[in-house]
Amino acid sequence: MMIIKNKTVMEDDWIVLRLSESDTPENVAIPSGKVIVPLKVWQAQRDTLQRRTDLGVWLASDQRAEDLQNDLEALSLIAVDFPKFADGRGYSIAYRLRARFGYHGELRAIGDVLRDQLFYMQRVGFNAFAPRPDKDIHDALKGLSDFSLSYQASADEALPLFRRVQRGSGP
Amino acid sequence: MYRYDKYDHQIVGERVAQFRDQVRRRLSGELSEDEFRILRLQNGLYMQIHAYMLRIAVPYGLVSAAQMRMFAHIARKYDRDYGHFTTRQNIQYNWIKLEEVPDLMADLASVEMHGNQTSGNCIRNITSDEFAGVARDEIVDPRPYAEILRQWSTFHPEFAYLPRKFKIAITGATEDRAAIAVHDIGMAAVKNAQGEIGFRVLVGGGLGRTPIVGSEICDFVPWQHAITYLESIVRVYNEYGRRDNIYKARIKILVKALGIEEFKRQVEADWQFTKDGPCTITLAELNRVAACFTAPAYETLPLYDAAVSELQAENKAFANWCKRNVKPHKVSGYAAVMLSLKKTGTAPGDATAEQMDAAAELAERFSFGELRITHMQNLVLADVKQSDLIALWQAAKTLGMATPNIGLLTDIICCPGGDFCSLANARSIPLAKAIAERFDNIDFQHDIGEIELNMSGCMNACGHHHVGHIGILGVDKDGTEWNQVSIGGAQGNETSIGKVIGRAFTFAQIPEVVARLLQVYVRERFEDERFIDTVRRIGHDPFKEYVYATPVEEDEKLASADYALLTAGTPYDTPLYSPRF
Repeated sequence: MMIIKNKTVMEDDWIVLRLSESDTPENVAIPSGKVIVPLKVWQAQRDTLQRRTDLGVWLASDQRAEDLQNDLEALSLIAVDFPKFADGRGYSIAYRLRARFGYHGELRAIGDVLRDQLFYMQRVGFNAFAPRPDKDIHDALKGLSDFSLSYQASADEALPLFRRVQRGSGP
Repeated sequence: MYRYDKYDHQIVGERVAQFRDQVRRRLSGELSEDEFRILRLQNGLYMQIHAYMLRIAVPYGLVSAAQMRMFAHIARKYDRDYGHFTTRQNIQYNWIKLEEVPDLMADLASVEMHGNQTSGNCIRNITSDEFAGVARDEIVDPRPYAEILRQWSTFHPEFAYLPRKFKIAITGATEDRAAIAVHDIGMAAVKNAQGEIGFRVLVGGGLGRTPIVGSEICDFVPWQHAITYLESIVRVYNEYGRRDNIYKARIKILVKALGIEEFKRQVEADWQFTKDGPCTITLAELNRVAACFTAPAYETLPLYDAAVSELQAENKAFANWCKRNVKPHKVSGYAAVMLSLKKTGTAPGDATAEQMDAAAELAERFSFGELRITHMQNLVLADVKQSDLIALWQAAKTLGMATPNIGLLTDIICCPGGDFCSLANARSIPLAKAIAERFDNIDFQHDIGEIELNMSGCMNACGHHHVGHIGILGVDKDGTEWNQVSIGGAQGNETSIGKVIGRAFTFAQIPEVVARLLQVYVRERFEDERFIDTVRRIGHDPFKEYVYATPVEEDEKLASADYALLTAGTPYDTPLYSPRF
């Protein structure tokens, strides 16, 4: 599958594990290879999972960045799921992971990920995006460059505009 | 006023380009309506009954003459020659074509304006005191802070998809004229013992389905920390505000659920990470922005003008206008003048393109080229010389903007209601018109004195009915329009939420109901006591008893054919009562 990572469209072989109705976090079988497991699975099977080299965890929008605060070194990737693009909790989750907990690894937006939200997602710290499969990924890439500057600080930019540049008075 | 520098221009310009491309993709079908809807809302574009409605942001209600002329231009070029000033100090247009919006936005950007974040679940246009900078009771001019917060909230990446809309109001005066207690965040400037400026911050106020007066989260946030403190409030709300039920999604519900103490604890725990960090507002930035709001070149003038006093003595109409529409000013020899957009027979808050152009000209002639829009839907010329009052009155009269009714019964706050808005349960504009016609007599209105009658066509409360001394709310019962009446609401320093007096009334009963409420007031009032004070003193019961004592007759004219339209659910193309059709 194709994703956008570090502003480039690329092939990607990570698998997102989602629990089916018959699965429980304790008993679900984890496929080999690069897998992104739900937070609950990570919490239930941590002892075995932390021995794997390529492991990612995804957070649902009603879960907390704090839940992974002590695991950041153990994970190759953290993903945040957007159940609907209008659910904005994932933005604060990402911000906390980057700005509060200093997470430096890959932070990926998954779920209802669309072109017109990518710019803000990038600002709060996402560096990888798995756009909805029915959308043109090359088109989605353009969303990252909708704006060339912003007023506020966020995960991507520690300084607000008024500390970054010499602001003028009038045109 | 604030002027864009190259960075502001660039950001707004890039937004226009972004939205132009989004409109293109919508028209070509690349974007579904579901995907596009939220994008267009964040640009101020709604879909209403007849057409798209576009809301343009007027930051803290301040516009230049050039911007007001642009409003007139937009009314002529893209709409039907008029616009509607709103309770968020914005302006909206009702007959917009989607394919023309990108050009409209580009026109707006040319005068440093936009429609950004006037809708959607994001931080909305920040409102303020219409007398900012000229009020005698001002501690500090709130506009530089409002502008700094406007920039912080504009395209904030973390807060574009909040659980629900988010409204901030800020005042710098001792008297709250910005209704800060009924905002998601309300800020009032205060000075501490050392003479330093900070803000008393309220949170969790709001109207809508669950009206709540805001709670104090902090009695003094130093101005330097305004951004970081607000950011922590909004972050906690974004993470913990309810998203399962749209009616319980505003921050007020979260604050009630957690309690203000626990909410404050969470906010301040988050704030510890950013407090004193790079988002702390610098004195240099405050000074840069504040330099845009310096006092104009006032002349040294006597407190009063002799010709004005003379005309007041001999011309009652002028005296009435001075009494109601001319407000005190901190500089000797100057006044702030209200241009009423509440002339009987017109839709409250509406202005024609011709009136907008004329108001711009009046601003240039009499008030240093600036105007303000009030949240009560009138215009203000804030810096008028006393010696110009007579000329201004005469000019405003010919434009239909000199009705001496500011703060009186016919100065009705009114949402667009069922004539335009797809959310409305009932028509507001025709009802406001019916009430204004019934009580048009200006002597009667002056006798009744200060009273605020607010009406909303639905629970969302755009017309602030909960804080009207008399509030009227459109409700739906089995597909027909009814109106609930409340009394005892108030905005400002003594904010209170009105209480419903009893079962709802038909459209055609409402003017009589208002008449009965006023009769009780006239019977019970002490000398010079306002309606709201009488309600507070004697309680609801005497009003309630009198209104329901005998059957309320319907007004025959109002009960005729037009009323049947909505009750039958017939779709209609043009608002019947609206004066322009």
